[in-house]
Amino acid sequence: MLTVDTIDNGTVVDHIKAGMGRKVLDLMGIDQNYPHRVALMINVPSKKTGKKDILKIEGILVSDEKTDLIALVSPKATVNHIQGGKVVKKSQAELPEKISGVGKCPNPKCICNSEKVPTRFTAEPADGYRCGYCERRFAASELV
Amino acid sequence: MDLISFRELEKKDVEDYFQRAEEMDHQLARKKVEKLDGIVATMFFEPSTRTKLSFQSAAERLGMQVVDFLGETSSLKKGESFEDTIRTVDGYADVIVIRHPMEGSARLASEFAKAPVLNGGDGGNQHPSQTLLDLYTLKKMKGEFKGMNVQLVGDLKHARTMRSLLFGLSMFGANVKLVAPRGLEMAPEAVEEVKKKFGAKLEFSEEIDFAGADVVYVCRIQEERFEDKYEAMSMKKKFTIKPEYLRGVKNDMIILHPLPKIDEIPPEVDKSPHARYFDQARNGIPMRMAIIKKALEG
Ligand SMILES: [Zn+2]
Repeated sequence: MLTVDTIDNGTVVDHIKAGMGRKVLDLMGIDQNYPHRVALMINVPSKKTGKKDILKIEGILVSDEKTDLIALVSPKATVNHIQGGKVVKKSQAELPEKISGVGKCPNPKCICNSEKVPTRFTAEPADGYRCGYCERRFAASELV
Repeated sequence: MDLISFRELEKKDVEDYFQRAEEMDHQLARKKVEKLDGIVATMFFEPSTRTKLSFQSAAERLGMQVVDFLGETSSLKKGESFEDTIRTVDGYADVIVIRHPMEGSARLASEFAKAPVLNGGDGGNQHPSQTLLDLYTLKKMKGEFKGMNVQLVGDLKHARTMRSLLFGLSMFGANVKLVAPRGLEMAPEAVEEVKKKFGAKLEFSEEIDFAGADVVYVCRIQEERFEDKYEAMSMKKKFTIKPEYLRGVKNDMIILHPLPKIDEIPPEVDKSPHARYFDQARNGIPMRMAIIKKALEG
């Protein structure tokens, strides 16, 4: 059995759809420049879904805003804030109303792909998002 | 005030444009147009002679000056950024009309410019002055939208005009029938949107039958859209508005087209009293005068 240390202070993102852990890291903006330890476990056995990814990030409590972004790639993910070795907050990722500056508009003719401007999308019913520039509608999973 | 997308207008806004265009029509008929000061800049990053001329003519009729930015020959070729180009022209003009092949370009331009920006077409996305003039034409020629039977005919998948027009017609409660060859139907997303937003009840067909129609709005089918050359030819033939299609139609049925038309409407049909596309194009002037004036009022 592969084990990873528990963390005392930080965030555990659990129930990430298998294979999406790396995308979650990207959405968090976390890479080698992040000053603390980060563990990404992929293909962890799961009773509900067969397998899942788990992400442990030391040193930060991931904000609600960022938590919601996780829903774009993994709608069932849960985010646990850990302080002093205890879970102090548990929340479920929910699709955000508005997204700005993250993701990419899938429309190659959209101006936000050719000019250096932050993306922006607004939620529409049934998991859809409309681009604030080209006005096209996409599924949440197409944006990342 | 900018005019970027028809999708963000409400019914009362569109009615305000109608009223203003009507006032412009009156002023033009009396040859007494209230003059406005200021300069309109036309920035066309891709050619569209009619839209440009129509906006320029509207500006001139309002007594305004026009400066024309020639996208093809300017510093853009030398690699100037979109932002710099817009900010510079913004310093020269009181209203900017922009046409650009990238979708969302007019929206972005409006964020860089202090002057109001009017979208003259952004790729396959929006062309709101066309939609407004189309609706104004229908209102002028037919009166009430409620109960009006409108057929949108041709390549409904690629024609941006048709998508916005469907939105506008649904907003005003017209009965719309979408007539397109298989594979070139209106995007399901656009159909869903008007159903949800306006409760639109639509009809769909692959066959041409103008019986009962008050309005037939035609757009071109391009052969390149079909893989199969034989299918392309036969669809093109079927969707060419032949004089025999006009037998048995309502006496006052009108045919509209955004122009330029190539061969989808043959010259014999031009002579028919049903053909009203040149009058439609003429309505672009009062509507664009109204749009410029409203933009300047803030
Ligand atoms: Zn876009």
